Amino acid sequence: MTDSQVIEAANKALAEEFELEIERMTPDARFREDLDLDSLDAVDMVIVLEKTFQIKIGRDPAILEIRTVGDMHAYIITKKRELEQAR
Amino acid sequence: MRLRRVAITGMGAVSPFGKGSGLLFDALLAGRSGIARNPELDQFAELGPRVAGLVRNLDVMEVPRKHRRSMSPMSIYAYLAALEAAAEAGLDEAALASGRTGLVMGSTMGSVRTIEEFFRAYLPDASLAQIKSMMFFRVMGHSVASNVAQALGITGRVLAPTAACSTSCVAIGLAYEAIAFGKQDVVLCGGADEYHPLTTGTFDLMLAASSNFNDEPARTPRPFDRQRDGIVCSEGAGVLVLESFESARARGVPVLAEVAGFASACDVSNIANPEPAPLYRCMKEALDCAGVRPEEVSHVNAHATATTRGDIAESRAIAMLAGDGVPVSSLKGHLGHAMAASGALESIACVHMLQKQMLLGTLNLDEPDPQCAMVDLLRNNSERAVSVIVKNNFALGGINCSLVLRGYDD
Repeated sequence: MTDSQVIEAANKALAEEFELEIERMTPDARFREDLDLDSLDAVDMVIVLEKTFQIKIGRDPAILEIRTVGDMHAYIITKKRELEQAR
Repeated sequence: MRLRRVAITGMGAVSPFGKGSGLLFDALLAGRSGIARNPELDQFAELGPRVAGLVRNLDVMEVPRKHRRSMSPMSIYAYLAALEAAAEAGLDEAALASGRTGLVMGSTMGSVRTIEEFFRAYLPDASLAQIKSMMFFRVMGHSVASNVAQALGITGRVLAPTAACSTSCVAIGLAYEAIAFGKQDVVLCGGADEYHPLTTGTFDLMLAASSNFNDEPARTPRPFDRQRDGIVCSEGAGVLVLESFESARARGVPVLAEVAGFASACDVSNIANPEPAPLYRCMKEALDCAGVRPEEVSHVNAHATATTRGDIAESRAIAMLAGDGVPVSSLKGHLGHAMAASGALESIACVHMLQKQMLLGTLNLDEPDPQCAMVDLLRNNSERAVSVIVKNNFALGGINCSLVLRGYDD
C-alpha cells in the first residue's frame, strides 16, 4: 500500500464513519476544532482505523498526540512501515 | 397545599403512519391500519406472528450526527416527536434551558438491536476491542430521556420511568405531578420504543401475540372482538408538553386540553394476567384525583391490546366503574401496541378527540365478544360532546395507570 493509498483509504473510512464531506479531510484540518469531533469520536476512530488497515492501535500513547488529519495520516503510515519492517 | 392545574400545550408523534400528531389523528379518523406483514419475522420458524406496525421512511439525517450518534431508533423517534411538540408549544431554546423545563420519557428497555450488536461483536472472542463508544448510550435504561434532553438542551429534571406498556402513561403522570406540585413549570413527557422481533417473540411465548391474520395484517389486532387473538407489536414515540396554566398564560400559548388527574396502582394478583378489581381501583383513584364522578366521564380510551384475558378484565373493570353508560374504544386496532409509546400516542389522539368533539371507534371490532360487551363498545367514529376522557394503560408486571384528560375551551 503506497502512502497516497493509505491517505485515501483513511480519509474515506473516517469520512464515512463521521459523516464528513471528503473535501474537508485536508491534512491541516483539526479533528476537534474544524471537524467537530470529540474524545468519544476518537475512541471510535481507533476502531475504524484498526479495521481499515488491519493494525492494532489499542491505547498506543502516540494516538493521543494526533490533532490533525495530517497527524493521523503520518501515524498510520509510520505504523504500517513498522509492521512491514517487523515482518 | 394548593395544586396547580396542568395544561397540555404541545404534541408530537412518530407512529407507523409517519411523523406528525395531525397525521396520526387523520389516519385514525380515516380508519387506517398501521399494521403490515414483517418479513423479518420469517426467519423464526418457531414463532407464529408475521405482522408488525413499523415506522417507515423516516429521514434520520434530520437529526444532527452530534446527537444521532448516541441514539438508537427509539431516541430518534422521541427526538422528532419532542421537536414537534416543543414547536407547537412555542418553546424556544431559552425556555428549554431555563431549568424550569424538565423531561420525563421512558422506553421498555434500552435498544435491543444494539444489545444484539454488542454481543455479536463481543462473544466470538470474548473481546471488547470492536465495541464502539456510543453503544452504551443506546442501551442504558434512560437512553431516550437523556438523548432527547441533551439534543434539546433541557436543563430541568430529567426522569426515565420504565413500566413496559404503561411507560408513557406513567411519564405523563409524573410530569403532571411535578407541575402540579410546582417543581417544574413545563415538562416534555411521553415514551418511545423501537421494534425488535424479540418483542413479538416474548408475547408469542406467552401465547399473547396475534398470528391468525398474517395474510390480512390490517385485520389485526382486534380489541374486544370475538375473533381477537392477541397483540401486534408496533413502534414509535409520543411526546406531550405539559405546563402549568400560569405558565401557558404567561407565554401566551393556547391550551389544547387539561391533565386533570392521574393514578397508578399495582395489581399483585399475577405478574402477567390482570384482574378487574385492581384496574377499577386505578381508574377510580384517577377520577378522585381529578374530582370527577364516573357519570361525568365522556369516554374511556382503553388499554385493550386484543389479548383474550386482558380485554375481558378491562371491560369488567370499566363496567364496575360506569356500567354501560360510557363509550369505550381502543386505538390498538389501528396502531398495534407501540409499547412504551402507546400511552402517549393514544393520549395525543384523546386530545384531538376532545378538541374535535368526536370519538374514534375501535378498528377491527366487527363482532363484540359477549364477555366484553357489558360496556358500551364503540365500533364507529361518532360526533358527540366530549368533556372528560379516562385513558388507561396496563403493563406486564401489574403496573396499571390511568389519566384523566379534560377538554379546555377559552
